Amino acid sequence: MLLGGLITFGMRFSLIYLFGRFDIPETIRKALHYVPPAVLSAIIFPELFLREGALNLTLDNHRLLAGILAVLVAWFSKNILITIIAGMIALFLLQFFL
Amino acid sequence: MSEQSKQFWAGVRAEIPLLIGGFPFGMIYGALAMNAGLPASAAQLMSSIVFAGSAQFITTQLVRESAPGLVIVLTIAVVNLRHMLYSASLAPYLASLSTRWKALLSYLLTDEAYAPTVIHYEKEGITPYGHWFLLGAGLVLWMDWQISTALGIWLGTAIPESWSLDFALPLTFIAMVVPVLKDRPAIAAALSAGVVALVAYSLPFQLGLIVAAFVGIVIGTVLEGRKSPRGTLPPRGTL
Repeated sequence: MLLGGLITFGMRFSLIYLFGRFDIPETIRKALHYVPPAVLSAIIFPELFLREGALNLTLDNHRLLAGILAVLVAWFSKNILITIIAGMIALFLLQFFL
Repeated sequence: MSEQSKQFWAGVRAEIPLLIGGFPFGMIYGALAMNAGLPASAAQLMSSIVFAGSAQFITTQLVRESAPGLVIVLTIAVVNLRHMLYSASLAPYLASLSTRWKALLSYLLTDEAYAPTVIHYEKEGITPYGHWFLLGAGLVLWMDWQISTALGIWLGTAIPESWSLDFALPLTFIAMVVPVLKDRPAIAAALSAGVVALVAYSLPFQLGLIVAAFVGIVIGTVLEGRKSPRGTLPPRGTL
């Protein structure tokens, strides 16, 4: 377990440390700007589109519907709290009424 | 209020929805660890020492199957590969800190602390006290994880699944990522990473996430490189 902790820490520390000691090439610096959209989408998509490991594009997939609504709310409001509240309420309503 | 505490509390505030979304996972982890026959102290210690949700879930599974220690450690390493990506992504903003600060912040660098922090940094750029933001977000998430683990150990999964509190996590990520999608390369990076994540989902150890992230990053970077000759600014770093 200690080893597991050390490895986890090591990976989190590795590049923060290395990049602090050496100059970061411009191409990598540029590429790093795409880490947030890429990683966050890679986390979000399966949460919305997959139900029990399988693609579900039907209206039964309440999380996908609520998620799409949240994307729209986020786009227009640019407000994190409003987006979360809208998405949660949408999911509750869908679960109760569909 | 000093600039340090301003940043610190901004980090805490940005983390709040993720605290709510993460709480059920901590409880599920605690309950699963008990189920797998881990001693309560070991289950709790793992949350303090490893402090990485998905790695802990898989470790619990492997302990239940009595997998050898080396397999467990290697699995943790692969599952946590994405943290190297986070480490690289935040490195430019933390470059001027002392090693001690870097170590502390690295220990606290989870998915849920990374997301609000990198969004905050992309907006504000490199600021002298920005690291306090990550400290606030990471510290309050750490406490959330310890408390939820302890409750899971003692009470089992007491929060009904129908409450869907865990949905707060993807919702928060959505709320954070949408404003970042300002130009074509960013949108392409997000869409391609998302689609690849769906296709590669069945890969073990969250490798699908890594593959998807890399595809998105490469596509975004290549598109940016392509469009820039027509832009007004010379492409940085292509010379």
